[in-house]
Amino acid sequence: MTDMDKDIRIIDIGTEIPDTKVELCGITLDNPVIPASGTFGYGYEFAELYDINCLGTFSFKGTTLEPRFGNDTPRIAECPSGMLNSVGLQNPGVDAVITDELPKLRKVFNKPVMANVSGFSIEEYAEVTRRLSESGSSDMIGWFEINISCPNVHGGGMSFGTDPAMAGEVVKAVRKVTDKPIIIKLSPNVTDIVSIAKSCEAEGADGVSLINTLMGMRFDLKTRKPILANVTGGLSGPAVLPVALRMVYQVANAVEIPVIGMGGISSAEDVLEMMMAGATAVEIGAANLVNPYASRDIIKALPEVMAGYGISTLRE
Amino acid sequence: MKQSLYTITENTQLTPSTWRMKLKGDVSAVTAPGQFIDIRLDEHFLRRPISVCDVEGCDDPAGAVTIIYKVLGQGTEEMTRLAPGAELDVLTGLGNGYDLNDAGERPLLIGGGVGIPPLYLAAKKLLQTANVKSVTVILGFNTAEEMYYVDEFKALGCEVVLATADGSFGTRGFVTDAFAELLERGAGFTHFYTCGPGPMLKAVYGKVYKEAGIRGQMSFEERMGCGFGACMGCSCKTVTGYKRICKDGPVLRTEELLW
Repeated sequence: MTDMDKDIRIIDIGTEIPDTKVELCGITLDNPVIPASGTFGYGYEFAELYDINCLGTFSFKGTTLEPRFGNDTPRIAECPSGMLNSVGLQNPGVDAVITDELPKLRKVFNKPVMANVSGFSIEEYAEVTRRLSESGSSDMIGWFEINISCPNVHGGGMSFGTDPAMAGEVVKAVRKVTDKPIIIKLSPNVTDIVSIAKSCEAEGADGVSLINTLMGMRFDLKTRKPILANVTGGLSGPAVLPVALRMVYQVANAVEIPVIGMGGISSAEDVLEMMMAGATAVEIGAANLVNPYASRDIIKALPEVMAGYGISTLRE
Repeated sequence: MKQSLYTITENTQLTPSTWRMKLKGDVSAVTAPGQFIDIRLDEHFLRRPISVCDVEGCDDPAGAVTIIYKVLGQGTEEMTRLAPGAELDVLTGLGNGYDLNDAGERPLLIGGGVGIPPLYLAAKKLLQTANVKSVTVILGFNTAEEMYYVDEFKALGCEVVLATADGSFGTRGFVTDAFAELLERGAGFTHFYTCGPGPMLKAVYGKVYKEAGIRGQMSFEERMGCGFGACMGCSCKTVTGYKRICKDGPVLRTEELLW
């Protein structure tokens, strides 16, 4: 029993502990909290800080077919209540993920993980998903999260997520190579996110996750040039929470498949707000970078905050 | 790495733009000179990574860490307004730090401007190392007005050589000019440790490693997201693969640089 459980029993003698479990595409999560791709590596480094089995799951670093260094530095710029990043999908490539990263993760994580897949062509999305699906580490993967919304790479990434037909093509190609649930990660940098979500649903996606980062810029007053070497980057952090809530609300009202809500969540209260907008589960991104224990702390606080608002279950 | 609350016990101005802050708290995660800490500030989203200048009472829960910071933007400006007694949320023990095992008998330390602080703890530790016979420190500043910690390095027992870009004190020019003068004397350095602005590091790499053939360890700076290896914001390419300045660095060896 954790200290948190003890606290709640003391507070709520005779009443039930709020149930934080949720179901995501047929898999039950102990809680809806999922560290977002790109803020949690392949998990094992955070396992040095705390037992990551407390998480609902996590989405591992966006993985491409070939190893990628990503963009030139500077890749980070601070903003009011947030940050811009232009990392550009740095990752060791799918083969190294299968042979090096996932075996390290297996030693410290015993829940299904969310495999985040990125690509520069429809074939690449399908091939990365196929290799992960057919690998010896396939049993570790609960869901595929297909990132069609990275704003920091050119000739791929977000270009698939800004057109409903293209998004549908990616879903169709990935659907052919895996039986595991497919969640499509959507871009907010579009005029109508609902039409893209509907297209993904129509082609067989099992869920959608949103929002990826919002494209932005900052300038250095001394050099009079953009701070980021890539010129533009993706905005995340508390600044984007209202935009994320609005888009999750719109999408959740338009599709039948589950929606994972993300964008600026940094507290248990934010989690509840996102679920009220219609999310089945939530991802935590930038908050992990400011406080390495953020996801764990949110999970610890969740039952008490639920009780405070009279919420007994998150499966509503 | 450790996250905890630290109490400010001192926050004093050393030069027109440089301040020293002492933080009391658990410093058990600080294991090597050249590591840094990452400070959360009320008015800013990202933490401020700052090198450790000195550490006291490593095994003592009431230890203390000293940092020296230059006011470069709104974050460091906010730091100057913090008063003793205030508490700060800090990550400590970040980065690899300098490996002192390679120092040899006569290590050379080269620091430029705001890059000088981590060399203070390195000098202190080196002078406590049995086989180290002498520690020479070259300190470079833009002008005499910006000089700090000269007496502190001398008090440790280092030989201190100074260079100012405008010639207002010591050798006129850069740390590499002061190094050239030392070489003429036949100093016989066994290894070097350095930290400073990018252009200085590149000049030191050329003169001290490539021309004089002395291997060394160089501490790098980069805009960071997290400071503990999660975001890939501060990556660089090296002979031995991609490295994160915050986690695999900030100290890289001359042999692994792609310069």
